Amino acid sequence: MDSALFPKGVQRCSMGKFFLGLSIAGAVLLWGVLGLFLCWIKGLNQTNMNDYYGFAIWIWADLAVIALGGGAFFTGLLRYIFGIDELKNIINFAVLIGFICYSSALLILAIDVGQPLRSWFIFWHANVHSMLTEVAFCLSCYFAVLTIEYIPLILENRQLDKVPFIHNLTHNMHHIMAVFAATGAFLSFFHQGSLGGVPGVLFGRPFAFREHILVWPYSFFLFTWSAAAYGPCFTLFITWITEKISGKQLVKDNVVQLLAKISGWMIITYIIAKIADTVYWAMVTAPSKGFALMDFYSNNALYGIWILFAEIVLCGVVPGLILISPKLRANPTTRLIAIILGVIGVSLNRWVLVLQVMAVPVMSFDTWALYYPSWQEVATTVLPVAYGVMMIMISYRYLPIFPQEVELNPIEPLPTETVTEIEVDKETAEEAMVSEGEPAPAQA
Amino acid sequence: MKQAHGKTKKFGMVIDLDKCTGCGTCMVACMAENNVPFRKDETDKRLSITWMQVYKLTNGKSYPDAEICYLPRPCQHCEGHHSGHSPCVSVCPATATDYDSETGIVSQIYTRCFGCRYCMAACPYHARYFNWWDPVWPGDMEKYLSPNVSPRMRGVVEKCSFCFHRYQLAMEKAILEGRHELEEQEYQTSCTQACPAGAITFGDLNNPEHKVHQLAQPDPHHHGRPKNPKVFRLLERLHTNPKIYYFSSKEWVRRAGDNYVKDESKSDHHE
Amino acid sequence: MFPFSFEWVWDMGHLVFHGGLWYALTILGIGMTYCIIKSIVDTVKADGSDSHH
Repeated sequence: MDSALFPKGVQRCSMGKFFLGLSIAGAVLLWGVLGLFLCWIKGLNQTNMNDYYGFAIWIWADLAVIALGGGAFFTGLLRYIFGIDELKNIINFAVLIGFICYSSALLILAIDVGQPLRSWFIFWHANVHSMLTEVAFCLSCYFAVLTIEYIPLILENRQLDKVPFIHNLTHNMHHIMAVFAATGAFLSFFHQGSLGGVPGVLFGRPFAFREHILVWPYSFFLFTWSAAAYGPCFTLFITWITEKISGKQLVKDNVVQLLAKISGWMIITYIIAKIADTVYWAMVTAPSKGFALMDFYSNNALYGIWILFAEIVLCGVVPGLILISPKLRANPTTRLIAIILGVIGVSLNRWVLVLQVMAVPVMSFDTWALYYPSWQEVATTVLPVAYGVMMIMISYRYLPIFPQEVELNPIEPLPTETVTEIEVDKETAEEAMVSEGEPAPAQA
Repeated sequence: MKQAHGKTKKFGMVIDLDKCTGCGTCMVACMAENNVPFRKDETDKRLSITWMQVYKLTNGKSYPDAEICYLPRPCQHCEGHHSGHSPCVSVCPATATDYDSETGIVSQIYTRCFGCRYCMAACPYHARYFNWWDPVWPGDMEKYLSPNVSPRMRGVVEKCSFCFHRYQLAMEKAILEGRHELEEQEYQTSCTQACPAGAITFGDLNNPEHKVHQLAQPDPHHHGRPKNPKVFRLLERLHTNPKIYYFSSKEWVRRAGDNYVKDESKSDHHE
Repeated sequence: MFPFSFEWVWDMGHLVFHGGLWYALTILGIGMTYCIIKSIVDTVKADGSDSHH
């Protein structure tokens, strides 16, 4: 029914199946929207946050999706600035995931603030010394960059592309994409970093506080680094899920392995820096404020030293080593394990630096603050997941997200040798389409 | 900022923990004075707004050595290591909380605050409170609200202001009388005046004639650290540089004011 | 955000922060304007050459 909207030369599932999938995700989305409106209309008393736990689960989700969406800026940097050409086969998807992650992050922030209608104060009355101000500015600007990067993808839809102006616009935007990608990388460096600065500057919270280089705490650099390291893991993970659901290979193995290898080396270098940071913090920074390492990991029901081990060793060192080993990287199972561990690792890091910071008592006579989210919080935190699923479903169905899909999944058996023949096949498909009574695409 | 009138003040408190009985009058006086909202169900104290909160400390020993101490905790009005770099003021993204260099008071601009709660995360004393609900006063109670203090709306952060409106009123009166300086007793906070045990002393820490200065003996070369050995500040080691000083004759109470790594001697924090 | 808001100060912090911000925004603005104008020109040119033939 909607096959005229599909990218050239690909097959998609039936409309019924597509709508069934959409409505399942849509139901979850509606549940999230209900939670969202309850928070907006009735206020944040709908959550289980309190005066000890002022940052809660969705702020963690916010930081996590931004870290995971880091695949977009880093892949863009590698593709457009460092000129690693193979990555053009996954950059579209990385951009889409980044767009979903960042739009979700902005939505979460809009729910999180007590007076959403005053959100613009953060721009208008900006305190340039606050890390959160830097986050807000760079986040919004980088979201604009992601939108600019996503627009040409939408415009590449087969029907839209027939409009001469749109065709030209897509072409021209692609032409200067390196400029946008470079700006995006610049903005990402600062907002990923300033998100790390958010806990790092809290000198009243010895669990979060880190020493500084100029105005930036070490956590500033570690956050940027970890987003660049683990973000591609998330891109690869979602690619894997999309391939499993669509039942097709969408990206060639060499591209996946290349990105996995880069991610692996980034994780290894990051984790070395993270270990050094943790040791310095545990041996010097925290004791200078009267805290021993184990003070942060004992006398409570949840936060044991296991969380530090899980974050750094199990979900840091292990995936890093797997991904830098050519043999383990080539094996799809171990590679997948590493990718999943990586995604968990960076999410755990963000959890620790938001939620555990709130939980640890500072005054000697204070107690641990533990908290569990209300259903409204869970719903609004799940909302971005449902939204992301729907966005990927729609984008995959109608937009040429995966440039290698046609080649990897020929509708008719293809001669295997050369690319030119694939081009020929595309032409044939187009002709076939025209003969079905479609208007011929307007050619400039 | 340059001073237009008079000398730079640094208002602060000395709270005598030996005198405090934990009666909670300071908390009640504060709520009444500052139009602090409350709810029907106040059982969950982490949802209650208490600008002044009294903590109960114990020495952890059993009878007959068990001792307790009550510690009233208003906003500490931290100055930080350089002027105005208090934990909360430095992080507020919308400049909704400010450090007044003329008085040393950390203010909260309710109509500017958009409720991100970053300042609450930054404050180690939990002195900042969020308005999770709309403020509602039962029946005719609204008529009893102070006209000098604006009530806060849902979704913003509030905290102790050192009864700043009292400072403004006192200054207005003084200026009308042709003075630029206040007498010590002209500006006193509500909790100070309400305390039946007289445990709270309030005044200008910069003024050697004021009682707070004499009790605390703040050392200007060490960011106001008390020279009086029986006086301490909460979490001195975090370098928040607070303006609330506590007096206690008991070593364990003074030690409870800060954190120490096991086996660390007390002298370490005076380095 | 702008020099006319009352909390604005001409200090290093504001210059660096807002310098970076406006620099990025300018690049994005100029980039998009270029794309749109060039696309309009390209489209009009193509139309012109089409009607010529």
